[in-house]
Amino acid sequence: MDFKKHSSMKIFFIGLLLAGLATSVSGQSKYIDRQGKATFFSSAPMEDIKAQNDQAVSIIDTESGEVVASMLMRSFNFRKALMEEHFNENYVESHKYPKASFKGKVTNIGEVDFSKDGKYTLVVSGEITLHGITRPLTLKANAVIRNGAIQAHAVFPLTVKDFEIEVPRLVINNIAEVVEVTVSFNYQKMNP
Amino acid sequence: MRSYITIVLLISSFFRVSGQEDLMDLVEKETEAESNYAEQTFKGTRLVNGHSIETRKKGVLDVIIGHRFGRLNSGGYELFGLDDSQARLGVDYGITDRLNAGVGRSSFEKTFDGFLKYKIVRQQNGGGRNVPLSVVALTSVALNTLKSTTPGNEPSFNSRLTYTYQAILARKFSPSFSFQLSPSWVHRNAVPQSQDPNDVYALGAGGRLKLSKRLSLNAEYYYQFNRPDGSLTQNSFAVGFDVETGGHVFQLHFTNSRAMIEKAFIAETTGDFFDGDIHFGFNISRTFQLHE
Repeated sequence: MDFKKHSSMKIFFIGLLLAGLATSVSGQSKYIDRQGKATFFSSAPMEDIKAQNDQAVSIIDTESGEVVASMLMRSFNFRKALMEEHFNENYVESHKYPKASFKGKVTNIGEVDFSKDGKYTLVVSGEITLHGITRPLTLKANAVIRNGAIQAHAVFPLTVKDFEIEVPRLVINNIAEVVEVTVSFNYQKMNP
Repeated sequence: MRSYITIVLLISSFFRVSGQEDLMDLVEKETEAESNYAEQTFKGTRLVNGHSIETRKKGVLDVIIGHRFGRLNSGGYELFGLDDSQARLGVDYGITDRLNAGVGRSSFEKTFDGFLKYKIVRQQNGGGRNVPLSVVALTSVALNTLKSTTPGNEPSFNSRLTYTYQAILARKFSPSFSFQLSPSWVHRNAVPQSQDPNDVYALGAGGRLKLSKRLSLNAEYYYQFNRPDGSLTQNSFAVGFDVETGGHVFQLHFTNSRAMIEKAFIAETTGDFFDGDIHFGFNISRTFQLHE
Protein backbone atom coordinates (compact mmCIF):
# COMPACT_ATOMS: atom_id res chain seq x y z
CA MET A 1 0.00 0.00 0.00
CA ASP A 2 1.20 3.43 -0.88
CA PHE A 3 1.51 5.30 2.41
CA LYS A 4 1.45 8.72 0.77
CA LYS A 5 -1.75 8.04 -1.07
CA HIS A 6 -3.32 6.71 2.10
CA SER A 7 -2.60 9.86 4.05
CA SER A 8 -3.87 12.10 1.30
CA MET A 9 -7.07 10.06 1.30
CA LYS A 10 -7.34 10.78 5.01
CA ILE A 11 -6.86 14.47 4.39
CA PHE A 12 -9.67 14.45 1.90
CA PHE A 13 -11.97 12.63 4.27
CA ILE A 14 -11.13 15.18 6.94
CA GLY A 15 -11.83 17.86 4.35
CA LEU A 16 -15.16 16.25 3.59
CA LEU A 17 -16.00 16.11 7.30
CA LEU A 18 -15.08 19.75 7.65
CA ALA A 19 -17.28 20.65 4.70
CA GLY A 20 -20.12 18.79 6.35
CA LEU A 21 -19.41 20.51 9.63
CA ALA A 22 -19.37 23.90 7.93
CA THR A 23 -22.84 23.33 6.50
CA SER A 24 -24.18 22.22 9.85
CA VAL A 25 -22.62 25.33 11.38
CA SER A 26 -24.34 27.47 8.75
CA GLY A 27 -27.54 25.66 9.74
CA GLN A 28 -27.10 27.37 13.10
CA SER A 29 -27.52 30.74 11.42
CA LYS A 30 -31.17 30.12 10.58
CA TYR A 31 -33.89 31.74 12.64
CA ILE A 32 -37.57 30.91 12.32
CA ASP A 33 -40.98 32.21 13.39
CA ARG A 34 -43.91 29.89 12.80
CA GLN A 35 -46.52 32.20 14.26
CA GLY A 36 -45.68 35.48 12.66
CA LYS A 37 -48.31 38.14 12.22
CA ALA A 38 -49.32 39.67 8.94
CA THR A 39 -52.13 42.20 8.82
CA PHE A 40 -53.53 44.34 6.09
CA PHE A 41 -55.55 47.45 6.37
CA SER A 42 -57.75 48.90 3.67
CA SER A 43 -59.20 52.34 4.23
CA ALA A 44 -61.93 53.37 1.79
CA PRO A 45 -64.68 56.03 1.97
CA MET A 46 -67.38 53.49 2.86
CA GLU A 47 -65.54 51.26 5.29
CA ASP A 48 -62.26 50.19 6.79
CA ILE A 49 -61.29 46.57 6.41
CA LYS A 50 -58.69 44.89 8.55
CA ALA A 51 -57.57 41.29 8.56
CA GLN A 52 -54.92 39.42 10.47
CA ASN A 53 -53.02 36.23 9.87
CA ASP A 54 -51.32 34.75 12.96
CA GLN A 55 -49.76 31.81 11.19
CA ALA A 56 -47.27 33.40 8.85
CA VAL A 57 -44.00 31.48 8.68
CA SER A 58 -40.68 33.16 8.03
CA ILE A 59 -37.04 32.16 8.14
CA ILE A 60 -34.02 34.45 8.15
CA ASP A 61 -30.49 33.23 7.57
CA THR A 62 -28.24 35.64 9.44
CA GLU A 63 -25.18 34.48 7.53
CA SER A 64 -26.41 34.78 3.95
CA GLY A 65 -28.99 37.45 4.74
CA GLU A 66 -31.67 35.44 3.01
CA VAL A 67 -35.25 36.00 4.17
CA VAL A 68 -38.26 33.91 3.14
CA ALA A 69 -41.88 34.01 4.28
CA SER A 70 -45.04 32.16 3.40
CA MET A 71 -48.63 32.19 4.61
CA LEU A 72 -52.00 30.68 3.79
CA MET A 73 -54.55 33.18 2.50
CA ARG A 74 -57.33 31.29 4.28
CA SER A 75 -55.65 32.02 7.61
CA PHE A 76 -56.55 35.70 7.37
CA ASN A 77 -59.22 36.49 9.93
CA PHE A 78 -61.72 39.25 9.32
CA ARG A 79 -64.12 40.98 11.65
CA LYS A 80 -67.03 40.00 9.42
CA ALA A 81 -67.52 36.41 8.22
CA LEU A 82 -68.86 37.63 4.89
CA MET A 83 -65.77 39.75 4.24
CA GLU A 84 -63.62 36.68 4.80
CA GLU A 85 -65.72 34.69 2.35
CA HIS A 86 -65.53 37.39 -0.28
CA PHE A 87 -61.81 37.85 0.28
CA ASN A 88 -61.13 34.16 -0.38
CA GLU A 89 -63.77 33.56 -3.01
CA ASN A 90 -63.78 36.71 -5.10
CA TYR A 91 -60.58 38.65 -4.53
CA VAL A 92 -57.52 36.53 -3.79
CA GLU A 93 -59.15 33.32 -5.07
CA SER A 94 -57.66 31.10 -2.37
CA HIS A 95 -58.80 27.93 -4.10
CA LYS A 96 -56.47 28.75 -7.01
CA TYR A 97 -53.74 30.60 -5.15
CA PRO A 98 -53.69 29.30 -1.57
CA LYS A 99 -50.51 31.07 -0.45
CA ALA A 100 -48.68 34.35 -0.49
CA SER A 101 -44.92 34.21 -0.26
CA PHE A 102 -41.84 36.39 -0.13
CA LYS A 103 -38.27 35.61 -1.00
CA GLY A 104 -35.53 38.16 -0.54
CA LYS A 105 -32.27 39.23 0.97
CA VAL A 106 -31.11 41.67 3.61
CA THR A 107 -29.03 44.02 1.48
CA ASN A 108 -27.30 45.81 4.36
CA ILE A 109 -26.28 42.64 6.18
CA GLY A 110 -22.78 44.09 6.67
CA GLU A 111 -24.18 46.75 9.02
CA VAL A 112 -25.85 44.22 11.30
CA ASP A 113 -24.20 42.15 14.01
CA PHE A 114 -26.76 39.45 14.82
CA SER A 115 -24.70 38.21 17.73
CA LYS A 116 -25.01 41.49 19.60
CA ASP A 117 -28.13 42.90 21.25
CA GLY A 118 -29.30 46.11 19.69
CA LYS A 119 -31.61 47.89 17.30
CA TYR A 120 -31.07 47.82 13.59
CA THR A 121 -32.79 48.80 10.39
CA LEU A 122 -32.79 45.99 7.85
CA VAL A 123 -33.24 46.78 4.20
CA VAL A 124 -34.86 43.74 2.60
CA SER A 125 -35.18 43.40 -1.12
CA GLY A 126 -36.85 40.60 -2.99
CA GLU A 127 -40.00 39.36 -4.63
CA ILE A 128 -43.52 38.93 -3.32
CA THR A 129 -45.97 36.45 -4.85
CA LEU A 130 -49.66 36.98 -4.29
CA HIS A 131 -52.70 35.87 -6.32
CA GLY A 132 -50.23 34.12 -8.63
CA ILE A 133 -48.46 37.37 -9.52
CA THR A 134 -44.84 38.03 -8.57
CA ARG A 135 -43.68 41.61 -8.00
CA PRO A 136 -40.43 43.10 -6.72
CA LEU A 137 -40.63 44.43 -3.19
CA THR A 138 -38.15 46.38 -1.09
CA LEU A 139 -38.94 47.22 2.48
CA LYS A 140 -37.33 48.55 5.60
CA ALA A 141 -37.75 46.50 8.73
CA ASN A 142 -37.03 47.55 12.27
CA ALA A 143 -35.20 44.77 14.04
CA VAL A 144 -34.45 44.31 17.69
CA ILE A 145 -31.94 41.68 18.67
CA ARG A 146 -32.15 40.54 22.25
CA ASN A 147 -31.06 37.34 23.99
CA GLY A 148 -30.50 35.53 20.72
CA ALA A 149 -33.94 36.31 19.31
CA ILE A 150 -34.69 38.67 16.45
CA GLN A 151 -37.82 40.76 16.43
CA ALA A 152 -38.59 42.32 13.07
CA HIS A 153 -41.41 44.63 12.14
CA ALA A 154 -42.18 46.18 8.75
CA VAL A 155 -44.94 48.21 7.14
CA PHE A 156 -45.29 48.51 3.39
CA PRO A 157 -47.99 49.38 0.86
CA LEU A 158 -49.34 47.01 -1.77
CA THR A 159 -51.37 48.15 -4.75
CA VAL A 160 -54.32 45.82 -5.26
CA LYS A 161 -54.25 46.30 -9.03
CA ASP A 162 -50.59 45.18 -9.26
CA PHE A 163 -51.66 41.69 -8.31
CA GLU A 164 -54.53 41.54 -10.79
CA ILE A 165 -57.11 41.49 -8.01
CA GLU A 166 -60.29 42.82 -9.53
CA VAL A 167 -62.47 45.14 -7.52
CA PRO A 168 -65.90 45.63 -9.10
CA ARG A 169 -67.08 49.20 -9.55
CA LEU A 170 -69.98 48.59 -7.21
CA VAL A 171 -67.69 48.19 -4.20
CA ILE A 172 -65.01 50.63 -5.29
CA ASN A 173 -65.89 52.79 -2.30
CA ASN A 174 -65.46 49.86 0.06
CA ILE A 175 -62.01 48.66 -0.90
CA ALA A 176 -58.89 50.80 -1.03
CA GLU A 177 -56.64 50.80 -4.09
CA VAL A 178 -53.59 50.59 -1.88
CA VAL A 179 -53.63 48.50 1.26
CA GLU A 180 -51.20 48.85 4.12
CA VAL A 181 -49.49 45.62 5.06
CA THR A 182 -47.82 45.10 8.43
CA VAL A 183 -45.70 42.09 9.20
CA SER A 184 -44.06 41.24 12.47
CA PHE A 185 -41.92 38.27 13.24
CA ASN A 186 -40.25 37.08 16.38
CA TYR A 187 -37.47 34.81 15.13
CA GLN A 188 -35.97 32.14 17.34
CA LYS A 189 -32.92 30.09 16.57
CA MET A 190 -33.90 27.13 14.46
CA ASN A 191 -33.10 23.65 15.70
CA PRO A 192 -30.81 22.01 13.16
CA MET B 1 -6.99 11.43 -6.31
CA ARG B 2 -8.62 13.69 -8.83
CA SER B 3 -11.85 11.83 -8.30
CA TYR B 4 -11.81 12.70 -4.59
CA ILE B 5 -11.47 16.35 -5.41
CA THR B 6 -14.40 16.05 -7.76
CA ILE B 7 -16.50 14.34 -5.11
CA VAL B 8 -15.67 16.96 -2.49
CA LEU B 9 -16.40 19.76 -4.92
CA LEU B 10 -19.63 18.11 -5.95
CA ILE B 11 -20.72 17.62 -2.37
CA SER B 12 -19.86 21.15 -1.32
CA SER B 13 -21.59 22.62 -4.35
CA PHE B 14 -24.61 20.45 -3.56
CA PHE B 15 -24.72 21.86 -0.06
CA ARG B 16 -24.53 25.35 -1.43
CA VAL B 17 -27.42 24.88 -3.88
CA SER B 18 -29.55 23.15 -1.29
CA GLY B 19 -28.74 25.89 1.22
CA GLN B 20 -30.27 28.49 -1.11
CA GLU B 21 -33.40 26.59 -2.05
CA ASP B 22 -33.89 24.92 1.34
CA LEU B 23 -35.26 28.02 2.99
CA MET B 24 -38.20 28.42 0.64
CA ASP B 25 -38.97 24.70 0.81
CA LEU B 26 -38.85 24.87 4.59
CA VAL B 27 -41.40 27.66 4.90
CA GLU B 28 -43.58 26.10 2.22
CA LYS B 29 -43.67 22.89 4.22
CA GLU B 30 -44.53 24.80 7.39
CA THR B 31 -47.52 26.40 5.71
CA GLU B 32 -49.20 23.31 4.34
CA ALA B 33 -52.91 23.51 5.05
CA GLU B 34 -54.05 20.92 7.56
CA SER B 35 -57.36 20.63 5.81
CA ASN B 36 -59.40 22.62 3.37
CA TYR B 37 -63.10 22.86 3.91
CA ALA B 38 -65.24 23.52 0.87
CA GLU B 39 -66.48 27.05 1.43
CA GLN B 40 -69.36 28.68 -0.36
CA THR B 41 -70.83 25.63 -2.00
CA PHE B 42 -73.72 27.98 -2.68
CA LYS B 43 -73.96 31.73 -2.29
CA GLY B 44 -77.14 31.82 -0.25
CA THR B 45 -78.75 29.76 2.49
CA ARG B 46 -81.59 29.13 0.01
CA LEU B 47 -81.05 27.66 -3.41
CA VAL B 48 -84.32 29.17 -4.64
CA ASN B 49 -87.25 28.06 -2.46
CA GLY B 50 -85.52 25.36 -0.50
CA HIS B 51 -82.58 25.44 1.85
CA SER B 52 -79.10 25.01 0.49
CA ILE B 53 -76.28 23.35 2.41
CA GLU B 54 -74.99 26.77 3.51
CA THR B 55 -75.19 27.88 7.11
CA ARG B 56 -74.45 31.37 8.35
CA LYS B 57 -71.33 31.74 10.43
CA LYS B 58 -71.52 32.36 14.14
CA GLY B 59 -72.98 35.74 15.04
CA VAL B 60 -74.30 36.48 11.57
CA LEU B 61 -77.91 37.58 11.13
CA ASP B 62 -79.27 37.07 7.66
CA VAL B 63 -82.40 39.03 6.83
CA ILE B 64 -84.21 37.43 3.92
CA ILE B 65 -87.10 39.05 2.11
CA GLY B 66 -88.77 36.77 -0.39
CA HIS B 67 -91.39 37.68 -2.93
CA ARG B 68 -93.36 35.63 -5.43
CA PHE B 69 -95.62 37.43 -7.85
CA GLY B 70 -98.75 35.97 -9.45
CA ARG B 71 -98.79 33.71 -12.47
CA LEU B 72 -97.21 34.86 -15.70
CA ASN B 73 -100.15 33.39 -17.64
CA SER B 74 -102.72 35.47 -15.73
CA GLY B 75 -102.83 37.99 -18.58
CA GLY B 76 -102.24 41.69 -19.17
CA TYR B 77 -105.05 42.80 -16.86
CA GLU B 78 -103.09 41.33 -13.94
CA LEU B 79 -99.87 42.68 -15.47
CA PHE B 80 -98.75 39.07 -15.94
CA GLY B 81 -98.93 38.35 -12.27
CA LEU B 82 -97.18 41.45 -10.96
CA ASP B 83 -100.41 42.79 -9.38
CA ASP B 84 -100.47 39.87 -7.00
CA SER B 85 -97.72 38.92 -4.60
CA GLN B 86 -96.80 36.60 -1.78
CA ALA B 87 -94.09 37.50 0.65
CA ARG B 88 -92.03 35.88 3.35
CA LEU B 89 -90.09 37.96 5.81
CA GLY B 90 -87.55 36.06 7.77
CA VAL B 91 -84.26 35.95 9.60
CA ASP B 92 -81.62 33.25 9.87
CA TYR B 93 -79.09 33.43 12.67
CA GLY B 94 -75.79 31.67 13.16
CA ILE B 95 -75.72 30.31 16.72
CA THR B 96 -72.48 28.57 15.79
CA ASP B 97 -70.81 28.11 12.42
CA ARG B 98 -72.72 24.85 12.14
CA LEU B 99 -76.01 25.50 13.94
CA ASN B 100 -78.47 27.98 12.50
CA ALA B 101 -81.96 28.91 13.62
CA GLY B 102 -84.52 30.95 11.79
CA VAL B 103 -88.03 32.30 11.93
CA GLY B 104 -90.29 33.73 9.28
CA ARG B 105 -93.77 34.83 8.45
CA SER B 106 -95.35 34.15 5.09
CA SER B 107 -98.40 35.88 3.70
CA PHE B 108 -99.32 32.50 2.17
CA GLU B 109 -101.96 31.19 4.62
CA LYS B 110 -100.60 33.70 7.17
CA THR B 111 -98.03 31.16 8.21
CA PHE B 112 -95.36 31.48 10.88
CA ASP B 113 -92.40 29.17 10.55
CA GLY B 114 -89.31 28.28 12.49
CA PHE B 115 -86.40 26.01 11.74
CA LEU B 116 -83.19 24.54 13.06
CA LYS B 117 -80.40 23.64 10.69
CA TYR B 118 -77.25 21.77 11.63
CA LYS B 119 -74.23 21.03 9.49
CA ILE B 120 -73.22 17.50 10.45
CA VAL B 121 -70.47 16.88 7.90
CA ARG B 122 -68.29 19.36 6.05
CA GLN B 123 -66.76 18.53 2.71
CA GLN B 124 -62.98 18.78 2.94
CA ASN B 125 -59.71 17.59 1.53
CA GLY B 126 -56.07 17.79 2.47
CA GLY B 127 -54.23 16.84 5.62
CA GLY B 128 -54.97 13.17 5.04
CA ARG B 129 -58.70 13.71 5.40
CA ASN B 130 -60.97 13.42 2.45
CA VAL B 131 -64.67 14.02 2.95
CA PRO B 132 -66.47 14.08 -0.39
CA LEU B 133 -69.65 15.83 0.66
CA SER B 134 -71.36 18.04 3.20
CA VAL B 135 -74.44 16.93 5.10
CA VAL B 136 -77.01 19.16 6.78
CA ALA B 137 -80.02 18.20 8.87
CA LEU B 138 -82.98 20.54 8.78
CA THR B 139 -86.16 20.50 10.78
CA SER B 140 -88.87 23.09 10.40
CA VAL B 141 -92.32 23.70 11.75
CA ALA B 142 -95.05 25.82 10.19
CA LEU B 143 -98.13 27.27 11.87
CA ASN B 144 -101.01 28.26 9.65
CA THR B 145 -102.95 31.12 11.33
CA LEU B 146 -105.55 31.68 8.64
CA LYS B 147 -109.00 32.26 10.14
CA SER B 148 -111.65 29.76 9.28
CA THR B 149 -114.12 30.81 6.60
CA THR B 150 -116.96 29.44 8.71
CA PRO B 151 -117.00 31.30 12.04
CA GLY B 152 -117.11 29.15 15.13
CA ASN B 153 -115.41 26.30 13.30
CA GLU B 154 -111.82 27.20 14.11
CA PRO B 155 -109.38 24.32 13.66
CA SER B 156 -107.40 23.31 16.71
CA PHE B 157 -103.86 24.57 17.24
CA ASN B 158 -102.45 21.10 16.58
CA SER B 159 -104.21 20.72 13.28
CA ARG B 160 -102.58 23.96 12.11
CA LEU B 161 -99.08 22.54 12.47
CA THR B 162 -96.90 20.96 9.80
CA TYR B 163 -93.42 19.55 10.31
CA THR B 164 -90.68 19.02 7.77
CA TYR B 165 -87.54 16.93 8.21
CA GLN B 166 -84.87 17.16 5.61
CA ALA B 167 -81.36 15.90 5.05
CA ILE B 168 -79.28 17.82 2.56
CA LEU B 169 -76.29 16.20 0.91
CA ALA B 170 -74.15 18.49 -1.18
CA ARG B 171 -70.92 18.44 -3.04
CA LYS B 172 -68.96 21.29 -4.51
CA PHE B 173 -67.56 19.53 -7.56
CA SER B 174 -65.58 22.52 -8.74
CA PRO B 175 -65.48 26.23 -7.90
CA SER B 176 -68.24 26.74 -10.45
CA PHE B 177 -70.43 23.65 -10.05
CA SER B 178 -72.22 22.41 -6.94
CA PHE B 179 -75.04 19.89 -6.58
CA GLN B 180 -77.27 18.79 -3.72
CA LEU B 181 -79.91 16.18 -2.94
CA SER B 182 -82.53 16.72 -0.24
CA PRO B 183 -84.60 13.75 0.89
CA SER B 184 -87.60 15.32 2.64
CA TRP B 185 -90.47 14.24 4.82
CA VAL B 186 -93.41 16.57 5.38
CA HIS B 187 -95.83 15.64 8.14
CA ARG B 188 -99.17 17.45 8.24
CA ASN B 189 -101.24 17.07 11.38
CA ALA B 190 -104.31 17.79 9.29
CA VAL B 191 -104.90 17.58 5.55
CA PRO B 192 -107.35 19.59 3.44
CA GLN B 193 -108.86 16.59 1.58
CA SER B 194 -109.31 13.10 2.92
CA GLN B 195 -107.37 11.52 0.05
CA ASP B 196 -104.35 13.75 0.78
CA PRO B 197 -101.63 11.90 2.68
CA ASN B 198 -100.57 13.19 6.09
CA ASP B 199 -97.01 12.30 5.27
CA VAL B 200 -95.47 13.44 2.03
CA TYR B 201 -92.12 12.00 1.02
CA ALA B 202 -90.08 13.85 -1.54
CA LEU B 203 -86.62 14.12 -2.98
CA GLY B 204 -85.19 17.49 -3.89
CA ALA B 205 -82.36 17.93 -6.33
CA GLY B 206 -80.67 21.21 -7.08
CA GLY B 207 -77.51 22.74 -8.34
CA ARG B 208 -75.71 25.86 -9.28
CA LEU B 209 -73.45 26.80 -12.11
CA LYS B 210 -71.36 29.90 -11.66
CA LEU B 211 -71.46 32.08 -14.73
CA SER B 212 -69.03 34.64 -13.32
CA LYS B 213 -67.54 35.44 -9.91
CA ARG B 214 -70.73 37.13 -8.81
CA LEU B 215 -73.42 35.52 -10.93
CA SER B 216 -74.70 31.97 -10.84
CA LEU B 217 -77.50 29.96 -12.44
CA ASN B 218 -79.51 27.85 -9.98
CA ALA B 219 -82.21 25.24 -10.42
CA GLU B 220 -84.10 22.92 -8.09
CA TYR B 221 -86.77 20.28 -8.35
CA TYR B 222 -88.71 18.44 -5.65
CA TYR B 223 -90.24 15.13 -6.61
CA GLN B 224 -93.13 13.80 -4.49
CA PHE B 225 -93.07 10.04 -4.11
CA ASN B 226 -96.59 9.51 -2.82
CA ARG B 227 -98.68 12.05 -4.68
CA PRO B 228 -102.16 10.50 -4.88
CA ASP B 229 -103.76 9.96 -8.28
CA GLY B 230 -105.87 12.92 -9.27
CA SER B 231 -104.03 15.19 -6.83
CA LEU B 232 -104.07 18.86 -7.72
CA THR B 233 -100.52 19.27 -6.46
CA GLN B 234 -97.51 19.44 -8.71
CA ASN B 235 -93.84 18.86 -8.15
CA SER B 236 -92.02 22.08 -7.39
CA PHE B 237 -89.57 23.40 -9.94
CA ALA B 238 -87.53 26.59 -9.91
CA VAL B 239 -84.80 28.15 -11.96
CA GLY B 240 -83.06 31.43 -11.28
CA PHE B 241 -79.99 33.53 -10.89
CA ASP B 242 -77.97 34.54 -7.83
CA VAL B 243 -76.42 37.97 -8.07
CA GLU B 244 -73.94 38.81 -5.36
CA THR B 245 -73.06 42.39 -4.56
CA GLY B 246 -71.04 43.46 -1.50
CA GLY B 247 -73.25 42.48 1.45
CA HIS B 248 -76.35 41.35 -0.44
CA VAL B 249 -77.33 38.32 -2.43
CA PHE B 250 -80.16 38.95 -4.89
CA GLN B 251 -81.90 35.88 -6.18
CA LEU B 252 -84.20 36.31 -9.17
CA HIS B 253 -86.16 33.29 -10.29
CA PHE B 254 -89.10 31.62 -11.97
CA THR B 255 -91.01 28.90 -10.18
CA ASN B 256 -94.38 27.16 -10.15
CA SER B 257 -94.51 27.45 -6.33
CA ARG B 258 -96.03 30.40 -4.56
CA ALA B 259 -94.78 29.67 -1.07
CA MET B 260 -91.27 29.80 0.32
CA ILE B 261 -91.45 27.28 3.16
CA GLU B 262 -90.78 23.56 2.82
CA LYS B 263 -94.19 22.14 3.64
CA ALA B 264 -95.91 24.44 1.17
CA PHE B 265 -93.68 24.27 -1.88
CA ILE B 266 -92.96 20.56 -1.52
CA ALA B 267 -96.50 19.39 -0.80
CA GLU B 268 -98.85 22.22 -1.82
CA THR B 269 -97.59 23.52 -5.14
CA THR B 270 -100.49 23.67 -7.58
CA GLY B 271 -99.05 25.52 -10.57
CA ASP B 272 -98.04 23.61 -13.67
CA PHE B 273 -94.75 25.14 -14.79
CA PHE B 274 -95.05 23.93 -18.35
CA ASP B 275 -98.59 25.24 -18.62
CA GLY B 276 -97.39 28.76 -17.88
CA ASP B 277 -98.25 28.77 -14.17
CA ILE B 278 -94.97 30.48 -13.50
CA HIS B 279 -94.33 32.95 -10.73
CA PHE B 280 -91.57 35.47 -11.09
CA GLY B 281 -89.93 36.07 -7.73
CA PHE B 282 -86.93 37.25 -5.83
CA ASN B 283 -85.15 36.79 -2.53
CA ILE B 284 -83.00 39.52 -1.07
CA SER B 285 -80.54 38.41 1.56
CA ARG B 286 -78.64 40.92 3.64
CA THR B 287 -76.27 39.81 6.38
CA PHE B 288 -75.34 41.67 9.53
CA GLN B 289 -72.52 40.69 11.82
CA LEU B 290 -74.02 40.93 15.32
CA HIS B 291 -71.22 39.24 17.24
CA GLU B 292 -67.61 38.89 16.29
